[in-house]
Amino acid sequence: MKKLLPFLAACLVLALSSFIGLRPAAEGYQVGDKAADFKLKNVDGKLMSLADNKAAKGYIVVFTCNTCPYAKAYEQRIIDLNTKYAAKGYPVVAINPNDPAVAPGDSFADMQKRAKDKKYAFPYLQDETQQVARQYGATRTPHLYVLTRQGNDFVVSYIGAIDDNSEDAKLVKTRYLENAMTDIMAGKPASVNSTKAIGCTIKWKRA
Amino acid sequence: MNQLKFLVLAATFFLLALPGRAQKVEVIKLPELQKRLSRSTDTTYVVNFWATWCAPCVKELPHFDQLTTTYAKQKVKVLLVSMDYASQLEKKVKPFVLKRALKSEVVLLNETDPNTYLDKVDTKWSGALPFTIILNNAQRKRVTFEQELSAEELQKQLQAFVK
Repeated sequence: MKKLLPFLAACLVLALSSFIGLRPAAEGYQVGDKAADFKLKNVDGKLMSLADNKAAKGYIVVFTCNTCPYAKAYEQRIIDLNTKYAAKGYPVVAINPNDPAVAPGDSFADMQKRAKDKKYAFPYLQDETQQVARQYGATRTPHLYVLTRQGNDFVVSYIGAIDDNSEDAKLVKTRYLENAMTDIMAGKPASVNSTKAIGCTIKWKRA
Repeated sequence: MNQLKFLVLAATFFLLALPGRAQKVEVIKLPELQKRLSRSTDTTYVVNFWATWCAPCVKELPHFDQLTTTYAKQKVKVLLVSMDYASQLEKKVKPFVLKRALKSEVVLLNETDPNTYLDKVDTKWSGALPFTIILNNAQRKRVTFEQELSAEELQKQLQAFVK
């Protein structure tokens, strides 16, 4: 036993160090956390912050991109979410966290083209340093965060998926995000405030 | 002339027969996958979740498939779990498996709502692809990676299981 302990300790240290070495540092927000504001470049060339829109009761922040098949499958649903919830005070803010060096179709020019072609009525921001995605703890596209205003702060009220069927919007049974929005807009915590979905891994910058 | 005809015919038959020789891709539901992940044998399973549309998955897939050859004589089994839609089985998945001449077992997980099954596969999986589990239930060891792995990283991780 005496011999075993140092061995086990060494194993643990080794396991931990390899763990840290491999893992992208993205622990991120939990529901209830205060979300940090950011200043990111929109496809119109202007910088945008959460604080800019004084009328917003909150935001539906979507980490998404041009290239991921799942992001594309959800693009129209994201456009529809903005149509529905911007009028109610919760506009969509789309953020592309992908490194264009790794995902060539995600350059700023490609983002501008996509937003124009699909007539995005919401900002489409480039997270050039990937700091916002890391801070939020986004791992995939699409990955959603509903923020609600508390004074000058924004609090994370929902994290996760839009619904339960990425392949076919017509076959959706549970609209996770809309259910959460119904609760949030009624001033209640979302009864299901965290969901998971399949998506493309964020294309992190190569170390 | 007849001989030539025969040769052409034989070659045609051979080419047509090729897809039939491709290894099959079994379509499974969650309970079947859970069963495979919970076997208590002293075999190390390398389970890679991928999709034909996922670029980093396609890039790292050869590293995983290579293990089937490299560790043929050891108690290592590679399971490649396609997360493609079941509707893409004939159009995308089977041709891909054939073209890449994959030697490892390939299954397709046919489930629609990730929020209900991801946690049952592994609570550490947020849903990004690729995702990999290396496990040995007899040794009570399990590691997961929600990221692309290089051949070296994969070898290194597997070495900890099969000394």
